[in-house]
Amino acid sequence: MIDIVGTLRRGGRELIAHIDFPLLLITLAIMGVGLATVNSATWDSSHRMVSQAGNMGIAMVVMWFVSRLPPQKLMNFAIPLYVIGLVLLACVFLFGIKVNGARRWLPLGFVRIQPAEIMKIAMPLMLAWYFHKYEAVLKMKHYAIASLLLLVPFAMIAKQPDLGTALLVGAVGFYVIFFAGLPWKVIIGLIVAGAAAAPLLWHALHDYQQKRILTLIDPTTDPLGTGYHIIQSIIAIGSGGSFGKGYLNGTQTHLEFIPEKHTDFIFAVYSEEWGLLGNALLLFLYTLLIGRGLMIASGAPTLFSRLLAGAITLGFFTYAFINMGMVSGILPVVGVPLPFMSYGGTALVTLFVGIGVLMSIQTHRMLVKK
Amino acid sequence: MVHFTNPEADVDRFRFRLGVAAICVLLAFGILFGRFFWLQIIQHDFYLTRAEDNRIALIPIVPNRGVITDRNGVVMAHNYSAFTLEITPSQTASVEETIDALAELIDIQAKDRKRFKRLLDEAKNFESIPIRTRLTDTEVAKFAAHRYRFPGVEVKARLFRQYPLGTIASHAVGYIGRITDRDLKWIEDSEKQGNYKGTDHVGKTGLEQHYEFELHGETGYEEVEIDSGGRALRSLKRIPPVPGNNLTLTLDAKLQEITEQAFGDRKGALVAIDPTTGGILALVSTPTYDPNLFVDGITPDNWKELNEHPSRPMVNRAINGAYPPGSTFKPFMALAALEMGKRTPHQAISDPGFFTFGNHTFRDDKKGGHGMVDMYKSIVESCDTYYYVLANDMGIDNISRFMGSLGLGQRTGVDLGKDDSGESKGVLPSPEWKKQRFKKQEQQKWYAGETISIGIGQGYNAYTPIQLAQATATIANNGVMFRPHLVRHIIETGTGEKRQVEPKPIRDLQWKQSNIDVIRRAMVGVNKEGTGARAFAGAPYEAAGKTGTAQVYSLKGGQYKESSTRKDLRDHALFIAYAPADKPKIALAVLVENGGFGAQSAAPIARMVIDYYLLGKLPGGAAPEDSAAVEEEHEE
Repeated sequence: MIDIVGTLRRGGRELIAHIDFPLLLITLAIMGVGLATVNSATWDSSHRMVSQAGNMGIAMVVMWFVSRLPPQKLMNFAIPLYVIGLVLLACVFLFGIKVNGARRWLPLGFVRIQPAEIMKIAMPLMLAWYFHKYEAVLKMKHYAIASLLLLVPFAMIAKQPDLGTALLVGAVGFYVIFFAGLPWKVIIGLIVAGAAAAPLLWHALHDYQQKRILTLIDPTTDPLGTGYHIIQSIIAIGSGGSFGKGYLNGTQTHLEFIPEKHTDFIFAVYSEEWGLLGNALLLFLYTLLIGRGLMIASGAPTLFSRLLAGAITLGFFTYAFINMGMVSGILPVVGVPLPFMSYGGTALVTLFVGIGVLMSIQTHRMLVKK
Repeated sequence: MVHFTNPEADVDRFRFRLGVAAICVLLAFGILFGRFFWLQIIQHDFYLTRAEDNRIALIPIVPNRGVITDRNGVVMAHNYSAFTLEITPSQTASVEETIDALAELIDIQAKDRKRFKRLLDEAKNFESIPIRTRLTDTEVAKFAAHRYRFPGVEVKARLFRQYPLGTIASHAVGYIGRITDRDLKWIEDSEKQGNYKGTDHVGKTGLEQHYEFELHGETGYEEVEIDSGGRALRSLKRIPPVPGNNLTLTLDAKLQEITEQAFGDRKGALVAIDPTTGGILALVSTPTYDPNLFVDGITPDNWKELNEHPSRPMVNRAINGAYPPGSTFKPFMALAALEMGKRTPHQAISDPGFFTFGNHTFRDDKKGGHGMVDMYKSIVESCDTYYYVLANDMGIDNISRFMGSLGLGQRTGVDLGKDDSGESKGVLPSPEWKKQRFKKQEQQKWYAGETISIGIGQGYNAYTPIQLAQATATIANNGVMFRPHLVRHIIETGTGEKRQVEPKPIRDLQWKQSNIDVIRRAMVGVNKEGTGARAFAGAPYEAAGKTGTAQVYSLKGGQYKESSTRKDLRDHALFIAYAPADKPKIALAVLVENGGFGAQSAAPIARMVIDYYLLGKLPGGAAPEDSAAVEEEHEE
């Protein structure tokens, strides 16, 4: 009897051995808010809350598995994942399905996958592994090669076009290079060069992307076209006021004025119903999440785990910032979901792979030191 | 750059960069918070209003238009409820297909589709738009059976304006029609546009137009929550409309009907007024038209026929037709002479049958003249020479001043049409008028010779029948003048309170009673032993009157022969009268276009009208043309 209890206890302890509870609690809190908001956003029509809860369950199982993989094992995934990602991206070019003018999906039998999603994880993994491998002999050329490793998939994704994902992949990759010690003068040089190249970049953008940026500057120029989404979501946020209109009472939400309200624009739904107070709470939760991630990065024992943890954490930040920025009208609409809030299984799984990696780094740190 | 990797230094550098990243994160989130603060606190009111505007649609509820009844409660204009088939475009997948499918079930004609299309362009997509009006019971039942096939289509009860008397009194009541741009401007100028949301009909002429803002009522509203597709989800608030005020007229519908019948198929006008109030008892202009044709949008064929018909049924001759008064002018001239001391009643002239002024001879109708003529005889026998001389003695300024005080040559301000746009001024001749009327200087001068034909109601004189009726009523009422009006009172629908429209006289001309009595005796004489005697033979009451004939065709020295003149060139017949002479209850002016002499066709109509009004006597049909009277007037 005692033995069984002891075994169970040990087994239980083993089950949760690689869970980082602060990180878990923070993500659970954000997901709770997200679940409630998905419920409100789909209240009148599709009722997605249960299905989103299911997505969360699956994603957390994935997280649990990932968290149990020690960083050394994770390193082994770096090259295969990156190569698979590249191959699939190339396949998208050749066999991809066009949806709404963008070739993002690859049909695999009965499911369709977005290979770009893989790159969100594969990219930091690959670059962290690369810098880790050349840690002792790091020279400028390694930064250049790393940049190449970053730019190829970035360009492929941007060309689909999927600017949102390209930006995220690019950002996460850049964070790795940044944390790996890219000299400040290079960073500053890049910023200056970027500013100078902006007009060229502008012409490289698709018409609809240009239009989105233009309407961001003045949404009222096209109130019924591209400006409509931004205007309606700003109205939703602004009309929420200090304390919001109350749960399920958002008129912009429930009268269908907010576009993509359970996915990309879910923040407008939340903001309308919970007001500035709710927004402050959400920003606080994200700050906690990022703070915890940076702490994990700071305490990580190897360069690989440090770079990976730092990049993934800032990846979360980038998601959140771009999404809230675009929904509130200070950034162009680029199709980035709000992490742990927006409806959607794929994005959640990717996010939780990231969380799982952070947990793995945190919980395997002592083992490494040993 | 050569560098040995120093693990400790590397970790420190990494942590420093983490710190930089953390600061960037806080900074970025700070910017977001600033943005939220701006939107949700500082701009909150603005966006809240925007959200409410998004969400709430005000659907106007059109009030019931006021009912118009005559003095006895006979309904002249009211509303009736009829079923319409209506489509709400936002709830219909394809409007075109829906209409096509409906057309298989219910008779939908090209004009219905046309109207629907026009309304669709004007409407908001959450409003329902009629595709068919006035469904029959069978059609309603047919649709009900197939209703499930037509989402967004429904049968609704709407109110339609109806004029139960048809053509009777159409010139007085007027009609309503669809609001045009011009109407819209009028409504906007009156700052009523808010109250006209949802209203699509407006008074176009007559009382319907003049009392538009009384009859319309106050539009109610339903606040409806709508979604982004414009679908109405639920009603938030309903402010019921206030129905328009009802009008009770001074008009007697039966008298009006009898009068219109009395005209038969002759063109003309009659205005009968209660001289003690100015209330109009009958206002006739023939031919008439059916105002019901206009309510649902008049068809082009009907419109063309009404407007292009040579007898001009759309013209309200009673207030728009200006005619020379002819000899009906004489009693007013005589009164002017008495009041100004230019004549005494017994002062007589010797009438040779003509009057010479300069080198021009003005002839009297009666060859050889009337002999010795005093004022009484001048009216009873309608002696022209008497008035040639009188006009010359009085001068044009005196004449125009006196006639102006009687309201001649001015709009009476009768409550018909919008402002005074519906009423003609006529012409009260005077040197000033001539100066304004003519551009060339040589035409602007007033010649003394022109004054002479003014004296017998010819020349530039031109007055509307309503002006003549008003002047006659003023004489009947001893110089106390009222503005002629059709509405006795307005009944406020909310309170039931009756608002009197014209309780006070507009002026008292303060004539000497003895002067008025002279005129009255003479006008009574007209109907007893003068030109009106045949028409009023056997009347059990005393009626004062005066015949008149207005020249249409100027006789260049030739003798006017009624029989040899084309009908449309025959003179206009006029008659003014009031009765009973001692205590007048009715005063009127009749005009029969191309009716020949006044006694011939106008006086018999007046007799019928007065007979009915005073005695309740019902005639049968049109008044006879008194051909014997023709002979008699030739004797004048």
